[in-house]
Amino acid sequence: MAAGAHLEVEGLTKRFGGLVAVKDMSFAVRAGEILGLIGPNGSGKSTVMKLIMGIERPNAGAVRINGVDVAGWPSHKIARIGAGIVFQHSRPLHRQTVLENIKLALLPDKLTQLFADPEIDARARAIAARVGLSGVLDRRPATLPFADLRKIEIAKAVARDPRVLLIDEPFAGLTSTETTAFSDLICELRDDGRAVLLVDHNVKSVARLVDRVLAMYVGERIAEGSADEVMRNETVRRVYLGGSIETAARPESSFRDRTTPFLEVDNVSLFYGKAQALENVSIHVHAGEFVSVVGLNGAGKTTLFNAISGMLPFSGDIRREGATLRGLTAATIARHGIVQCSEGRDLFTDMTVRENLDLGGQHLTPAEGAEQIAWLFDLFPILRERQKQAAGTLSGGEQQMLTIARALMMKPKLLILDEPTLGLAPVILEQISKALERLRQTTAITVLLGEQNVTFALPHADRVYVLEHARIVWEGEPGAFAAGAGAGYL
Amino acid sequence: MQSLATSRILLIALGVIVLMSFLPLGVSGYILGLLTLAYYFGVFAMAWDLLFGFAGEVNFGPTFLIGTGAYTAGILDNLYQPPIWLCLVAGAFAAVAGGVVLALPALRVRGPYFGLTTLVAVLMLQNYIVVDASLTGGEIGLTVPDVITVSDTKNYEIALWFMALSGAILFGLSRSPVGLILQASGQDAVQAGALGFNVTKHKLAAFIISAFFSGLAGGLLVFYMGSASVGTLVDITVGVQIIIAAVLGGRRTILGAVLGAVFLIAMSEFLRPLGDLSNFVVFAMALVVVLLFPSGLFGLLTRTKESG
Repeated sequence: MAAGAHLEVEGLTKRFGGLVAVKDMSFAVRAGEILGLIGPNGSGKSTVMKLIMGIERPNAGAVRINGVDVAGWPSHKIARIGAGIVFQHSRPLHRQTVLENIKLALLPDKLTQLFADPEIDARARAIAARVGLSGVLDRRPATLPFADLRKIEIAKAVARDPRVLLIDEPFAGLTSTETTAFSDLICELRDDGRAVLLVDHNVKSVARLVDRVLAMYVGERIAEGSADEVMRNETVRRVYLGGSIETAARPESSFRDRTTPFLEVDNVSLFYGKAQALENVSIHVHAGEFVSVVGLNGAGKTTLFNAISGMLPFSGDIRREGATLRGLTAATIARHGIVQCSEGRDLFTDMTVRENLDLGGQHLTPAEGAEQIAWLFDLFPILRERQKQAAGTLSGGEQQMLTIARALMMKPKLLILDEPTLGLAPVILEQISKALERLRQTTAITVLLGEQNVTFALPHADRVYVLEHARIVWEGEPGAFAAGAGAGYL
Repeated sequence: MQSLATSRILLIALGVIVLMSFLPLGVSGYILGLLTLAYYFGVFAMAWDLLFGFAGEVNFGPTFLIGTGAYTAGILDNLYQPPIWLCLVAGAFAAVAGGVVLALPALRVRGPYFGLTTLVAVLMLQNYIVVDASLTGGEIGLTVPDVITVSDTKNYEIALWFMALSGAILFGLSRSPVGLILQASGQDAVQAGALGFNVTKHKLAAFIISAFFSGLAGGLLVFYMGSASVGTLVDITVGVQIIIAAVLGGRRTILGAVLGAVFLIAMSEFLRPLGDLSNFVVFAMALVVVLLFPSGLFGLLTRTKESG
């Protein structure tokens, strides 16, 4: 094993059914080192972390913590041998105070411990002081700002003084000042001689912090080196930005509804509890236009779409053809032509392909329905063959096509597509991409597409928005994207 | 509710118990009988709350544990007439054994399947009792030759102090470090595991403790009533009433479960003049409380105390 490596991963492989989520991954993190594990959504980076912590069991490979192979162990044993994890979502005990939450992490795993050791109290206070929670020890988690909730998670993770610390998306939902404070804290934990593994979407967010970066894509390592080296790496650039992209944008002036666009999102802000998910977001979409919202996982794309679809309360205004959508139910908005294909696909998996489509066409007359289905089968020929098959037995790509087809059965005026490429192989992307192109060429439909896969998002788009950390940071033509915003996207 | 210190809650509870122990001086034997029943149901409900409120597992089969304990104690007395305390101990341990047999496989499955497994266990026990009538008394019920005492007052005091002791142990446990780990396991098993806690071990322990008190209370109830029957101890509806009592009293409060049980039994008695409608009204009231005050009767009570 590598000298001084606290964490060593070798030949780690994980399959979910036929899908290989992690393929033969090997890397090591030395004591006093921060390794950034990055990759786009679905690349398998979170799975690697779960495999190390024992939350998932690997199919093959070794995970050595302080030299002991723990692959396949239950997670409580891995925790006790010296690994700690900071989850992305804070889930503290809400009836207990901050101090009690930290004490929990210090308790021994014994059934006979009926009275807490007084020493635990002192240690919990010391840990709280270290992460900056001293002032709020007696408060309940529900009354604390989001950054403090994250600190509780860190406090719990380091309570047992782990030599290996795994941190999932350390800065998600934090403001820039909070991010700085958090970075400092993580650096301190490294300087104690811990091996730290940071998992995040892109290099940029962790560049200042990491000693080394390992980039993953569809379960495999694609690059490793310093943050700069990885950002310059050709493969990484291709994964994040795509190769040469041919765009076919129509100028914004060519749309007739210039003064009152079909859809206007006006200064919309939205919070999940204390985490800000959207911050003064304004976008517009003209009738017939194809607009892509590009952003990494967690940037706020789905939240934005759910706000438009009437599923989340927001501040600001969202207007359709000048009339506000505020106060309308999700069902009303959908019935009047703004239809969303959600990221999760939401198919009725036990129903057949045909039944799923018929459901989408409930409000059509039988004649209209038949006509619409015939058109959709032309658009997605594979669905015609699969008509009688249960939706759950389709491949991921076919399911995505069915989701889009079902939405189109509702004859939408505006079709919202949320990450249609999620977890799909490149060949399938090609097919869906072609279908979208035909849709754009042959119909007057308006499309709002949310994607982290730029290669997929740009070719059809007339305009592109870049959403980053809850804010729109760039707007422009797809041609200008690769040159301009692309660099910042890595 | 936790802003009320553990010691203060125990002190208030003790005061109420002492007060209640003087009740036989003033009320009829009939009312004492009802309260005796309510106290045993209170123990059932507290034991159930330990599983649901803390370990986060919905056990639809509290009556599997109760029935196993009650029938073991009763059958043993019927066959060999050992001292009653021995029957009770045997019943409690039979319930624990039954609980382990049930929990070991059931804890491996996630989500609603745990609940379904426990539900099926009740049906199996119920069927077994009906089929093996020569041993269990079948549908007619099991009559035991011995009772602890025929005195209403003594029975009442036994039930009261048994409930008080069970409550103190279960409540103390829920507020101990073990209770904290149990809550963490119930609310987020993945995180509890990552913090170094063996979740299955803690949940199994909760199941064993719950089974012990359920089985013991079931046995005591048999030697109070002098009989055991499927309709009073095992039937699914009995289990549902226990669950309602616990939720009505207040989830994750342990002590609230007793309030819920007393409330349920007192209300159905109070509304007896309504005839068949009485149960309907009681359940409707329970529904209103659960919907409007999710923290239950106990939550309501401690809240008013805080503001007062």
